[in-house]
Amino acid sequence: MSAQVTTASAEAIAPKRKLGRTMTKFLKNRSAVFGGCLVVLFILLAVFAPLLATHDPFQTSFTSIRKPPSTAFWLGTDELGRDIYSRLLYGARASLMAGVVSVTIAVIVGVPLGLIAGFYGGWTDAVISRVTEALLAIPFLILAIALAAFLGPSLTNAMIAIGLSAVPIFIRLTRGQALAVKTEDYVEGARAIGLPNPLIMARYIFPNVLPPIMVQATITVATAIIAEASLSFLGLGQQPPNPSWGSMLNTAKNFMTQAPWMSIFPGSAIFLVVLGFNLLGDGLRDALDPRDN
Amino acid sequence: MLKIIARRVLVAIPTLFLVSLIVFGLQKLLPGDPLLTMAGEERNPEIIEFLREKYHLNDPFYLQYLYWLRDVLTGDFGNSLRTGVPVSTLIAQKLPVTIQLAVMAMILALLIGIPTGIMSAVKKGKAADYVANAVALSGVSIPNFWLGIIMIMIVSVQWRLLPASGYVPLTEDPVQSIRTMLMPSFVLATALAAYLMRHTRSAMLGVLSSDYIRTARAKGLLPRVVVLKHALRNALMPIITLTTLLFGELLAGAVLTEQVFTIPGFGKLMVDAVFTRDYAVVQGVVLCTAAGFILMNLLADILYILINPRLRHPQ
Repeated sequence: MSAQVTTASAEAIAPKRKLGRTMTKFLKNRSAVFGGCLVVLFILLAVFAPLLATHDPFQTSFTSIRKPPSTAFWLGTDELGRDIYSRLLYGARASLMAGVVSVTIAVIVGVPLGLIAGFYGGWTDAVISRVTEALLAIPFLILAIALAAFLGPSLTNAMIAIGLSAVPIFIRLTRGQALAVKTEDYVEGARAIGLPNPLIMARYIFPNVLPPIMVQATITVATAIIAEASLSFLGLGQQPPNPSWGSMLNTAKNFMTQAPWMSIFPGSAIFLVVLGFNLLGDGLRDALDPRDN
Repeated sequence: MLKIIARRVLVAIPTLFLVSLIVFGLQKLLPGDPLLTMAGEERNPEIIEFLREKYHLNDPFYLQYLYWLRDVLTGDFGNSLRTGVPVSTLIAQKLPVTIQLAVMAMILALLIGIPTGIMSAVKKGKAADYVANAVALSGVSIPNFWLGIIMIMIVSVQWRLLPASGYVPLTEDPVQSIRTMLMPSFVLATALAAYLMRHTRSAMLGVLSSDYIRTARAKGLLPRVVVLKHALRNALMPIITLTTLLFGELLAGAVLTEQVFTIPGFGKLMVDAVFTRDYAVVQGVVLCTAAGFILMNLLADILYILINPRLRHPQ
């Protein structure tokens, strides 16, 4: 606080410089960049699935049931003679969408509740925190399975179930961050000039709690993709004949000895995309960590 | 110290009540009237009215909850809608199977995770550290039900080393029981081992850079003694909490592992109940899991207070 005169100009360039430094740090981290590339690759595969597919993913063929990989069927065919490569591409849409949509639900519900709990404190905080604790006592996947079971099996319900199960993670994280930030001078200042509470939360607290939330969201996308695959594997997610990696594995487990390719490829796809999001999340955490600067 | 423990126990009680409220509330998500399916094809209005009275469905929500809670507190989780068997009996039958799976998985995870974590911290930045980290990250990223399928294909089908599925009670044939559970518990242990490894590594790195370790090294103690006797003891503190917290992960992971290896445990009970729309069983399983998890947390806190002298006396 020694150079008061230059505060204004420093403030103007600080965010840019900070962003640049974060980017440089991120790009230097080879595993993070690799993770980012994996994620982008899968997004591209999902978006351009209709262009990249060699067959209709729904087209059954009784002359080509459970055929091993060949030039006609790059990754082989399944128990109904459908092309696994094309189904994987369309399955990427279900998996990525499930990951992103459920995390969006969790963020939209969890972050405001966490902000309110951390900012207001007192009774509001006590109520929100107790409910969060109770929700956290039920293991994530068990809560998701129970919610999906009661809501009924479908991809939409699976996304809602996974999203709601992840809400307490974001409430707890945001609350902790908000608690730390609310005693800062600039928040006191905003209060002193009479800004209404919602505005203080949105303009002064939220931007400062954003980095850890971004890191958590990236890692939770990985968890959510595994959760969606798990629910679909159990038959609670994407319903046939629509392709999803989890439901492909569900049928594949009945043909483990006769057609191992039916399990190998969808599982590898889940593994790679989840690895990508985990690496990206770890990289973001390191890049945004102010302690290492 | 007793006062702190007592306070910790008291805090757990409202959490348990809230969990029970959430679990009870789940059934309100059901689309349509559950009684219509229970009443059978004819949907006789008299039967429906009788069932409505029997399950207190004409009462307001909070009364329904209190009736349900009264039963649960006396150990009555209701009966399975399919078989009529009390849910508590079903749970008591299946629980030992899952506990055996979870305990074996926990042992494997500790045996793999902690030594690798120590090694990784000691060899920080060397090849061994990178390999261990890469393996750990894969362990977190791999869906365990898929790993189960792949292992069955290799270990049981190709090599014919271990049985692919089933369950033998420990009391009947201990050797065969452990052999059957070995692969499922390894599959269940992978993600846990990875977490434990990463946390042991960072805890060890923190401790290894502290002053008293430098002193220990300076006075010429063997590196092995410094690492295992001086550093590990302090680094293990957070690991104990983590281990109990991961118990929840274990139970959740068991749901899928039991499905892949067709083990008749707690998780399979839940999944089967989901598909037969046996909601009383689903509620019972979720409630028991949460109660077990809260209990484990409580134990972790108490253990922490017992082994950490600084927490014994509040300021």
